[in-house]
Amino acid sequence: MHGKALPYLLLMPATLFLCIFFLYPFALVAFEAVTRDGAFTFDNFRTMAGSWKFPVTVRNTLLLAAIVVPIQLTMALLMASVVSRLETGRSAALYVFAIPLGISDLAAGLIWLAIFDQSGFLNTLLSSLGVVDRPVMFLGYQSKLTIFIAVALAEIWRATAIMMVILVAGMGLIPKEYYEAAEVFGASPWQRFVRITLPLLRPSLQTAIILRVILAFEVFAVVAALGGTNLPVLMGETYNWQFTLQDRNVAAASALLILAISIGFTLFFLRVLRVPKEARI
Amino acid sequence: MAEIAIKGVAKRFGGFTALHQVDLTIADQEFMVLLGASGCGKTTLLRIVAGLERPSQGEVWIGGRRVDHLPPRERGIAMVFQNYAVFPHLSVFENIAFGLRMKKLPQQEVERRVNRTAELMHIEQLLKRYSGQLSGGQRQRVAVARALAMEPDVILMDEPLSNLDALLRLEMRAELKGVLAASKTTTIYVTHDQVEAMSLADRIAVMHQGRIVQSASPVEVYRNPAARFVGSFIGNPPMNFIPATKAENGSWTVAGLTLSGPKSDKPRIEFAIRPEDVDAGGEGLRATVRVIEPLGPHTLVTCDVEGGLFRAILDSNASVQVGDDLRLAPKPDRIRWFDPETTNAL
Amino acid sequence: MSVATETPVAGIADAHKAGDWLLIATAVLLCVWVLLPIYLLIVNALSSPDQVTAFPKRFFPSFDLGSLSFFINFAGVARALWNSVIVATLTMILAIGFGAPAGYALSRFDFPGKGTFRFLVLMTRAFPLPLLALPLAVMFIRTGLDDTAIGLALVHTTLALPFAVLITFSLFSCIPVELEEAAWTLGCTRWQAFRKVILPLALPGIAASAVFAFTISWNEVFAAAVLTIENRTLTAFLLQSLGESPLYLKFAGGAALVVPALIFIFAVRKYLFAMWGIANR
Repeated sequence: MHGKALPYLLLMPATLFLCIFFLYPFALVAFEAVTRDGAFTFDNFRTMAGSWKFPVTVRNTLLLAAIVVPIQLTMALLMASVVSRLETGRSAALYVFAIPLGISDLAAGLIWLAIFDQSGFLNTLLSSLGVVDRPVMFLGYQSKLTIFIAVALAEIWRATAIMMVILVAGMGLIPKEYYEAAEVFGASPWQRFVRITLPLLRPSLQTAIILRVILAFEVFAVVAALGGTNLPVLMGETYNWQFTLQDRNVAAASALLILAISIGFTLFFLRVLRVPKEARI
Repeated sequence: MAEIAIKGVAKRFGGFTALHQVDLTIADQEFMVLLGASGCGKTTLLRIVAGLERPSQGEVWIGGRRVDHLPPRERGIAMVFQNYAVFPHLSVFENIAFGLRMKKLPQQEVERRVNRTAELMHIEQLLKRYSGQLSGGQRQRVAVARALAMEPDVILMDEPLSNLDALLRLEMRAELKGVLAASKTTTIYVTHDQVEAMSLADRIAVMHQGRIVQSASPVEVYRNPAARFVGSFIGNPPMNFIPATKAENGSWTVAGLTLSGPKSDKPRIEFAIRPEDVDAGGEGLRATVRVIEPLGPHTLVTCDVEGGLFRAILDSNASVQVGDDLRLAPKPDRIRWFDPETTNAL
Repeated sequence: MSVATETPVAGIADAHKAGDWLLIATAVLLCVWVLLPIYLLIVNALSSPDQVTAFPKRFFPSFDLGSLSFFINFAGVARALWNSVIVATLTMILAIGFGAPAGYALSRFDFPGKGTFRFLVLMTRAFPLPLLALPLAVMFIRTGLDDTAIGLALVHTTLALPFAVLITFSLFSCIPVELEEAAWTLGCTRWQAFRKVILPLALPGIAASAVFAFTISWNEVFAAAVLTIENRTLTAFLLQSLGESPLYLKFAGGAALVVPALIFIFAVRKYLFAMWGIANR
């Protein structure tokens, strides 16, 4: 039998595919970013960084990640704890919490547009409570702060599910006996969470945080739907360089910057949240 | 005729050697049990015979045909797996019929064979059910019926009873023995349970660290272990071993007792005796009683002999107390001797 | 506290009850947090265009199909919807066609290079994949794949393939090898054993990962916007028309994106954990 060759035959289509559509374009991006008309140059990066929007763009992207990710982590932990503790309605709660996982970032932006729009539900609520006497323009070009809050809320709403699923799976791997032992030794629920769940959950926390941080730098359609160009972010600027400004070398440089930030943070969290092999479950 | 011959079979997984040059011949219609602790290579050997694993070297012959290059389906075997491997998406009937359908037997013949083996295994009333609706014991019966329905030359069984609870295991053991004896099929049966091995086997092959240490009838294996390992593995409690030192004119001194033993030029060898083969009183081994465990029909006494542990099974009438100094007389015809270096019987 | 010391059993029971209530309240609150925004979007989608732009808003739908029928009849929408379905279906076929064999090989064989392949698959997670659409846009123009459904589907497959590999891997790993081995000993070839035993058992899970691949493509915005011009998918179409289209068009479009997503996630809910390559007990 062709026993030895079989696994390679089975892997070949997927491997070839990833080489052509993942590794090759990745190399192309890198190449385009550091060349212009075939010559090696850093001009693309200079053009990108020289744009008046660039500092704001970087600041917005990083700030958004810095605010959104910790809140999501807390909420995901809360959701995962609730799901793993529920006895009835566990799968229903899990389904509901997971719904945003299937929702496009564009749709998420539109969902929150329905709330924050001038004729939206938030204004309706505020005016019926008598807080405001006429609808406030939350998403106008002078209201950067409210745009930022709306984008942050939409991001939190949309992408907490991804962390929740990873954490629920991770919690499922922690044997119940550890909790029972801790309880016998007098640990309160909070102490059990801090002393047992969190340390044993570290590998899942690592995965969840890395994945989420990478996605946070990719934020694009939510911002497009809620803020238009009033809240520039890196991915949106990349899109602009490619289409509005028709300069694909600078767009490639911008893409490479996003990649570099993503890889940098991935390595950072791999190191900070490292779990020694001997200390795993 | 389905004699199995395993010739110089070795199996290496990377740097680990699971089997060293194993030779074993199993006669037609013989019930051979491979017995050993987990990791001794018994399951690997069985899987090599089945064709699920390829030997790194050596040959496997079934019924006079060399089969080690053939896939499982061309070897004329059937196998019963430890976790039964009853197909969950098929009814019991279709499970038993699975192999027959692969052989493209006519429907009538399929039905005849399924019904016959189902009857044999007492599962006629379960034929329409699915695996999920069966108990462990019932699944076991389906797995055996599925193998028997193939009317194979050889049946291979990999710890088939180990997932059943104790009472069910006892019942199935007796039933398997009857069914397999009636089917006159050559059988290789892998187990780590010595009682199972003793009760089922025509011949037991005791395996240890990838080698067959002894292959003989159950009584022979129990009475005359070929190596120290066999004595210490089989029997509950196992054989006792005490160092023996050379005395005058070819006899040996063992815990204050002088015995005539084998000729050896070594100054020290090992004396061995089974716990039930000693009597309290008279000329015997000097022993101090440490623990007494009354077990009903007899009493298990753990003693200190020559600074080592020694277990003796005594009559339940024997009046011993912890701390007593005892004399334990070994039955002369049951004494065995081992070479401490090669660990082989002398 | 004093009550608790007097009747410790009742005290503990009360504490448990309070804990249960807190748990259920938290679960309900989190469900509302996820569901309310979706509900509000649906309210908008099921109201007439006038009601959508009116202020104050009603919190209940009027079940007027005005917005939806405007959306469906809007120039380009029907075609975009159709394109989305085509691209997502192609993505689904490609991802499963390439991914499932790889998942099977990973679950059943040990072979040199297995670690490298897994690394390649996991690495795709650490990259903002939609960015790869930028260099591919050029490559596609050269090969005539630009602005075609298959071209976009190829890029979406890069996104969906790692998930397909990991889901099918965990799926096949959950089917005991013994079932396959039993089939071999009962006269099957490797292919027959796969078709008669493994495939029937894995089919629901494979269907789920197909649905998941479909969802990924259905939701993707960035690559779709970069790679299509004439043949826009729904997300690309909505993104393009964000600036000029009226609110009720956006909300109806949002609902058109969200409702299938709800169904998708419901269909794959049992396999949510498998897609992160983590076992869940």
